[in-house]
Amino acid sequence: MASKLTTSNRAGWAFALPGFGLLAMFIVVPFFFAFFLSLTNQRLISPNPTEFVGLDNYRNLLGIRVLSIEPEVNAAGEIVRDETGAPEYPRVRTFTRNNPDYPQYAGMREWFRWHSGDTAKVVVARDVVFWKSLRNTLMFVLVVAPVQGALALGLALLINQRLRAINIYRAIYFMPVVVSIVVVSLLWRFLYAEEGLLNSILHGLSFGMFEGRDWLGDPDTALGAIKAMSIWQAVGFHMVIWLSGLQTISPTLYEASAIEGASKWQTFRYVTWPGLRNTAVLVLIVITMQAFALFAQIDVMTNGGPLDSTTTVVFQAVERGYGKQDISGGAAISVILFLLVLTISLIQRYLTREK
Amino acid sequence: MAAISSDNHGLRLVTRYVVLTLIALIFVFPLVFMVVSSFKPDLQLLRDASSIRAFLPVGDISTDNYSAAFERAPIGLFVFNSVLVTGVTVLLSLLICSLAAFSFAFLEWKGRNTLLSIIIATLIIPFETIAIPLLLLVSKLPWIGLEGLSVGWLNSYRVQIIPWIADGLTIFLFVQFFKDLPRDLIEASRVEGASWWQIYRRVVMPLSGPVIATAAILKFLVMYNQYLWPLIVVQEETYRPVMVGLQYFFQLNTAWGEVMAYLTIITVPVLAFYLALQRAFIASIASTGVKG
Amino acid sequence: MNLSTTLAGALVASTSIVGMAAAQTELTMWYHGGGNEVESDLLDSIVTDFNAAQSDWMVSVESFPQGSYNDSVVAAALAGNLPCILDVDGPVMPNWAWAGYMQPLPISDAALDGHLDSTIGRWAGEVYSVGLWEAAVALYARQSTLDALGLRTPTLDAPWDTEEFMGALEAAKASGDYEFAFDPGMAWTGEWYPYAFSPFLQSFGGDIVDRSTYQTAEGALNGDAAIAFGDWWQSLFTEGYAPVSQDPATRDTGFIDGKYAFSWNGNWAGVATLDGGVDDVVFLPAPDFGNGPVIGAGSWQFGASGTCEHPDGVAAFVEHALQDEYLAAFSDGIGLIPSTTEAAAMTTNYAPGGALEPFFGLSEAQALVRPVSPGYVVAAKVFEKALADIANGADVADTLDAAVDEINTDIERNGGYGH
Repeated sequence: MASKLTTSNRAGWAFALPGFGLLAMFIVVPFFFAFFLSLTNQRLISPNPTEFVGLDNYRNLLGIRVLSIEPEVNAAGEIVRDETGAPEYPRVRTFTRNNPDYPQYAGMREWFRWHSGDTAKVVVARDVVFWKSLRNTLMFVLVVAPVQGALALGLALLINQRLRAINIYRAIYFMPVVVSIVVVSLLWRFLYAEEGLLNSILHGLSFGMFEGRDWLGDPDTALGAIKAMSIWQAVGFHMVIWLSGLQTISPTLYEASAIEGASKWQTFRYVTWPGLRNTAVLVLIVITMQAFALFAQIDVMTNGGPLDSTTTVVFQAVERGYGKQDISGGAAISVILFLLVLTISLIQRYLTREK
Repeated sequence: MAAISSDNHGLRLVTRYVVLTLIALIFVFPLVFMVVSSFKPDLQLLRDASSIRAFLPVGDISTDNYSAAFERAPIGLFVFNSVLVTGVTVLLSLLICSLAAFSFAFLEWKGRNTLLSIIIATLIIPFETIAIPLLLLVSKLPWIGLEGLSVGWLNSYRVQIIPWIADGLTIFLFVQFFKDLPRDLIEASRVEGASWWQIYRRVVMPLSGPVIATAAILKFLVMYNQYLWPLIVVQEETYRPVMVGLQYFFQLNTAWGEVMAYLTIITVPVLAFYLALQRAFIASIASTGVKG
Repeated sequence: MNLSTTLAGALVASTSIVGMAAAQTELTMWYHGGGNEVESDLLDSIVTDFNAAQSDWMVSVESFPQGSYNDSVVAAALAGNLPCILDVDGPVMPNWAWAGYMQPLPISDAALDGHLDSTIGRWAGEVYSVGLWEAAVALYARQSTLDALGLRTPTLDAPWDTEEFMGALEAAKASGDYEFAFDPGMAWTGEWYPYAFSPFLQSFGGDIVDRSTYQTAEGALNGDAAIAFGDWWQSLFTEGYAPVSQDPATRDTGFIDGKYAFSWNGNWAGVATLDGGVDDVVFLPAPDFGNGPVIGAGSWQFGASGTCEHPDGVAAFVEHALQDEYLAAFSDGIGLIPSTTEAAAMTTNYAPGGALEPFFGLSEAQALVRPVSPGYVVAAKVFEKALADIANGADVADTLDAAVDEINTDIERNGGYGH
C-alpha cells in the first residue's frame, strides 16, 4: 500500500506526536518506573533507603513447590487412620515452620493437595493469596469473556429488528453501562444480601423451595455473584459493538439465503457469523482486557473475601502497594499481570489471525 | 437491513415485546431501586429492600434525603468540577487522538508500527498499578501560569485533565474507523495538492461523526467516574469531583437514603448526556464498522 | 499556584489589617470530618476563636471524608504537599512519625494535665499528637434481656468471665427470641477489626505483636493463648452465636430492631440507639477472658506535620483546642468521650448520671492502646484478614501462623521499624 503520496516522515510524526507523547509520559514512563520499583525494596512510607533487590519480589510472589507427606505411622509400623479409614497426616506447619530439615519449604503455606496412593502431595506456595488471586482472575476471565460475549450477541440479534420503539429497548439495555461500576456494586450489595431482594425473588419464583443464601458471604457463590453482576453491567456495551457488526453485513446475503430456503440457524451459521469475524476479535480482546483489570467490584463488595475466594490480581496489587505499604511488591504484581495479559493477547491474535 | 422483518404480526409481535420488556426489567431494576430509595427515610428503605416494595414509591415519600444531601456536601461544586474536567478532557482527547489515528491510518512513516504497538500495549496496564509513580511524576512537573513558573501540578484541574487526554482505546477506535474510509479520497486530495492538515480537517473529520460520538461517550464515562486519581492528587475541596464526594456520605452510621439521593443526582448528568447522544451514538457505533 | 495564593493571602492580610503589629502566619489544617456537618461546625468555631484570640497564627481548615483521609495524606506526603496541622488516627501516628510525616509537638506538660492517657500520642519518648476525645466500646444489651434470661449484670469491678459470657450467649440463643445472640459488627471491615477484636485476643493473653520488642509476632499471635482465642472466635460463628457476614445496614439497625441480644459497639452509636427507642439499653464492660478485660483505645488526634516550619504555632492551636469547653462541645455534638473528667462533667451524656457515662468509666478502666509501632498499620491489615478467614472457617493455627509470617516479614523488610 505504501506509495509516495502517503509517505511523509515529518507529517506522520507531527500528527502522532502529541498523542504518543502524552501516552509515553503519563503511562509508559510511570510503568517503567513501576518496573524499576519492582526490583527494589521500596516501601510506600519509610525513612529507610531504597535498595536494589533483584528479582526477590518476584520470587516471593511466585515461589511454589510440591511437598510429599507420608501418613503418620504408629509404633507397629501401621498407617494411622481416622474413623473413616482415611490416613492421617502430620500437619504441613511441621515442615514449613522452624524445621531445619526442610529449609526449602520455610515460610510456605498450603494451597491445595491431592493424594497419590497414601502419600499426600501438597502444593505449598510462598504467597498462596497471590496464586489464588491469579486463579480467581483467570476463572473470571474464562467465564465472563465467552458468556458476556455470547449474551451480548444474543441481545444484539434480538435488538436488530425493525420494531416500533426498539430504540427505547436499546437505550435501556445500555443503561447499566453508563452508571459507574462503583455505584452498581453498591446497589448490588443490597440485592445480594441475605435478606435482600434476590433471595426474596428466588423464594417467590420457586414457591418457597429456595432457601435464601448469603451470596457474597459464601466462598462458593461470591465470585459467581460478582461475575453475574459484571456481565449484567457491561453486556450492553458489547451488545452495541455486535450490533455494529451485524449492520455491516450486506442485506443481499440474507436475501440470497432466504431464496435458497436456508433455516434461521443456517442463515446465522453461514451468513451472519462469518460476517462477524472481525467484530468477534474486537469484542474478545476488549472483554479479556477489561476482565483482567477486575478491581472496583471486589473493592466495594467483598474486599477479596471470604477466604480469598474473590481476590484478584489487580486487587492484590492495590492491597499490597497501598494498604500494606509494599509498593515494590505491588509493582511486581503489576508487571506480572502485564506480561500475562500480553502473552494471552499475542496468543489470541495468533489464533484469530487471517489465514 | 434487519434479518427478520417478514412476520411482525399478531401473537409473535406480542411475544417479542414481552421478551424485550422482561429483559429490559432485568437491566433497569437496580436503577429503579436507587431512584425510589432516594425518596424514603433510612429505616423504611432498609426494611423495604427485601421485598417488591423496594421498587415502589410507597410509605413515607419525601425529598428530605435530597435536602440533607445538599447540606452534607457541596454537591453543586462536585458536579461542576466533574463536568468541567470531563468536558475539557473529552474535547482535547477527541482532537489529539484523532490526529494520531489519522497519522497511523493514512500516512507511511518510519516507526509507525512500533509506535502503534506500544499504544495498543498501554491498554493492558490497569491504571491502579501506575498511580503512585504517576503521582510522583506530576508532583514534580513545572507549569507556567499567569503567576509565572511553578512546580507541581497537585490541586488543580490540569492534573485531572492532561494525563487523561491521550488513551490507547480512543486512538485504536479512530484508527479502525479511518481504515474503513476510502483511501482514494485521501490520495485524490493529495494529488490536488491539499496539505495533510487540510485533509484531516476538511475530508476525514467531516466523515467521522459516528466514531466521534462513540469515542466521546466512552471517554465521558471514564472521566466522569474517576476516583483514585483525583483522590490522590487533589487535596482541596475546591477541585474535588463527584466520585470522591461520594465518600462524604459514608460515615459511621451511613445515611443510606442520602447515599441513594446522591447516587441519583450524580447519575443524572451521565444519563442526560447519553440520551442526548443516544441516537447519534447507537447509529454511530453501529456504522463504525469495527474491523478487529 | 499554592505559593502564589499564600503570598497573595499574606499580602492582603498585611495591607488590610493595618493596625496589627505583625501579620498572622497562616497554618493549614487537614481534618477527617468531610461530610459531617456538626463536626465541621465545631472545629470551625474552635478555629475562629483561636484566630481571634491571638495575633501570631491564622488557622484554616481543609476537610476530607474520613473513608479516604489516610490515603489522601499518604499521597500528599509522597508528593511533598502536607499542611502544617495534621489530624491523625491514634494507632497510625507512629507510622507517620517514623516516616517523618510528623514531628514532635512542643506542647507544655501543663496542657496535658488530667487527660486520659490514651488521648496522648507518644512515639520514641516524645509527644506527637493529642486528642480532644476518646472512643470506647461496650457490650450493648437491653436490661429486659438480662432480666428475661436471668443474667447477672456485669460491672467494671466484676465483669463477666468467659463462662458467664458464653452462658449469656447460649441463653440468648436458646430463648429463640433473637436472630443471633451476638453481633460483633462483622460488617465494619477495616480498622474496626483490630480496634474492636484485638482486645479479645489481649484478654486471652495474646497480642498482635510482642510488645516487649515489637520485632516479632511469633508467640503473641500464634501462641497457645492466641490459638485459644482463635478457637473461641471461630466457635462464635460455627455455634451460630454470631453472623459471619453482615451487611452494613443491618449493623446499623440490627440491635435496635431486636435482631441481636448483645451487640459489640462503640459509644458513637449510643445516642442513635437511645433515639431508636431502646430505652433500657445498658452498656456492659468487656468480658474477662482470663487476662483481664480489655477494650481498644486511641482515637483521632492533632499534631504537626514533618514539613511544618511552625510547630510552635501548631502547639499553640492544640493547647487552645484542648480547653474543656471545646471537649464538651465535641462530645455533645458527635457523642464522643471527652478526654478530661472536668469536660465530661460539662457534657449531657458523660456527666455523672448521663446516659453514656459508663463509657467514660470503661475508657479509664479497661482501655489499652493498640500496639504503638510504625508497623501497626500493616499488622492491623494482616490481623483483620486472619480474623475474617477464621470466622469463615479457615484452620485457626495455620491462619495465625501465616499472619505471624506476614507481620514478621514486614517488620524485617522495614529494618525493625526503628524500635
